[in-house]
Amino acid sequence: MLITPAIVALQGIALSVAGTVLLASGFAGRILRRWDIHSGSELQLRMERQTYLISTLLGFALGAELLSLLLFVHTAESLSSQFVGAMCATGVLNVNAFGFPTLLLKIAVFFLAALWLLLNRVDNRGYDYPLVRVKYGLLMVIAPLTVAEGVVQTSYFLGLTPEVITSCCGSLFSSESKGVAAELAGLPPWPTLVLFYGMAGLILIAGLLFLRWLRLGPLFATSSLLGFGVAITAIIAFLSLYVYENPNHHCPFCLLKVGYDYVGYALYLPLFAAAALGLSAGVIAPFRRIASLQAVIPSEVRQLTALALIGFGLFYALATWLMLRSNLVLLG
Amino acid sequence: MRAFLERQRYLIDYTLAALLRRKTRNLGLLLVYTLLVFLFSSVLLLSQGLRREAATLLQDAPEVIVQRLVAGRHDLAPAAWLDRLRRIRGVSAVQGRLWGYYYDPAVKANYTLMVAPERGLAADEIVVGAALARVRQIGVGDYLGLRAANGQPLPLKITGLLESASELLSADLLLLSEAGYRALFAIPPDVYTDVALTVRNPREARTVAEKITLALPDSRPILRAEILRTYDAVFNWREGLAFLTLGALLLAFMILAWDKAAGLSAEEKREIGILKAIGWETGDILRMKLWEGALLSLTAFLAGYALAWHQVFYAGAALFGPVLKGWAVLYPELQLTPAVDMQLILVLLAVSVLPYIVATLIPIWRTATADPDAVMRG
Repeated sequence: MLITPAIVALQGIALSVAGTVLLASGFAGRILRRWDIHSGSELQLRMERQTYLISTLLGFALGAELLSLLLFVHTAESLSSQFVGAMCATGVLNVNAFGFPTLLLKIAVFFLAALWLLLNRVDNRGYDYPLVRVKYGLLMVIAPLTVAEGVVQTSYFLGLTPEVITSCCGSLFSSESKGVAAELAGLPPWPTLVLFYGMAGLILIAGLLFLRWLRLGPLFATSSLLGFGVAITAIIAFLSLYVYENPNHHCPFCLLKVGYDYVGYALYLPLFAAAALGLSAGVIAPFRRIASLQAVIPSEVRQLTALALIGFGLFYALATWLMLRSNLVLLG
Repeated sequence: MRAFLERQRYLIDYTLAALLRRKTRNLGLLLVYTLLVFLFSSVLLLSQGLRREAATLLQDAPEVIVQRLVAGRHDLAPAAWLDRLRRIRGVSAVQGRLWGYYYDPAVKANYTLMVAPERGLAADEIVVGAALARVRQIGVGDYLGLRAANGQPLPLKITGLLESASELLSADLLLLSEAGYRALFAIPPDVYTDVALTVRNPREARTVAEKITLALPDSRPILRAEILRTYDAVFNWREGLAFLTLGALLLAFMILAWDKAAGLSAEEKREIGILKAIGWETGDILRMKLWEGALLSLTAFLAGYALAWHQVFYAGAALFGPVLKGWAVLYPELQLTPAVDMQLILVLLAVSVLPYIVATLIPIWRTATADPDAVMRG
């Protein structure tokens, strides 16, 4: 195992996120079983107070997860000199089977924590906490995921053994290992390009329809998630090629480097935010019939949807500009 | 949106005033917090600077170095190897190198001796590194006497000093001519210490190394990439160890933060009771307390980072220098190049601000959910 400060920090974050979310789900378990808004018992009062703690803990988990997502990619990037054949983060994540699963779990926990906080926000505005069971049910899903993230991440780091000079032979030792896959395979550019812009149209139409008819929530949630998936695929398949101006470099992480003006942050931040907001808006909309939320949900959901559409808009605008600006001719 | 921002502004306003009302109490925590950030960022900034320095220096190192091994130990390479290595496809230049160490009992230090053919030195001329000249108090024109392998003193005239810009490399370096070197160590004329290879296409270095191990089974080729990787691993490892030892400090800090957040004074309790009685909600108190943590963290983070920056890049990195640099008698005096690294800041946030928040979350919630009448009476 490698011991670097970044790895120590990442393990610390994973531990504290899993710890806080488990603590929160411990309280949530009791709330799921004993919650009765009409009761004035001491237990009910105590549980109502605990809801504040749980939302604070989840807010912390969301922030920590975002930090950990960024740090994880940066760490993979900086370790690329340690492994033969690894040119950037992709290669390092491919060193063993746990690299990409860790990244995916981090993204999943991030989205679910964002969804939870938005659900919580809506719920707090209804006088009788109508979404308590939905919220804490979701928390029961998030908790095992954070534990899984911690376990997978630990296995990943334990499996990292750098190839350094040994006293018996210098290069023979490391040339025996074949090196790791340094590249992600991309889909063919043309069909992916069509899919990419088709998806933009779908998100826009679904969003506008959803603003008009709130019962289309599931459609918008699905298209937001699909849009996120397609966007990542597109970044790997052709967008990164345009940025690097190199027809073979598919890495979605090198975009975050200074050499490309940190353009990755400008791409990923609106994309992640838009996908999280769109997903949440679509999931929250079906609860609009609950009496105490009738006044709250329509305006809240429309606001979230508008923000999600703006986020996707920013992402698509930047992506298009990057392609137009590029000197690479990919689709001649 | 506007209302939201206004609300946060008023909360910050109130929090700042509340913090200033209890100056000494909060100052203590702030000092410890700043010290923590300072220690962690000193380790990180220093090793990051050293790693970058090493990488810059090694950029000009030869792609492949070939050593001869006898019974698992480094041995002198025969001159006949040069021709055989030159015939390997992909190798553009081959140079036999002569270097070694010399222990000087006068200063109790090892010098690195190296033959520099490109300098055209005469048999009794040498050029010495700045740290060496400083310690021996010698300069250009003076004679430096070294004890040769046969026991006779060998006087060598200093014709130049190596500029201090490259001190990391040249602190203990002594450059001399091939004739002088062979006379000093009594080394026969047909052997070299090792062989440096220039490979036209650096990507072929690995293939070239494989060919060398096949052609010369008793050789040990070392790639530049491997040296870099090993340096990186060594720095990572030292840095990681320094970090783990600081972990104990972090735990102590978390206990302090927990304690500070949990043990409210009677006055503070009364204050919260009054706030709640005049209409603040639990959420507002929670937000106010979180702002308090955020303001404290930001101040401590910026102050600690700035102090560490000064310590490492301008004050010579006295702290942690010996741990991270390794130890030697002739220390190079090096000026590290400052640079801001995103990863470093993320790591720092993760090891200082995050633990603080974790430690204070539950005490803050306890405070915020307390009953107004209970706290005011209690």
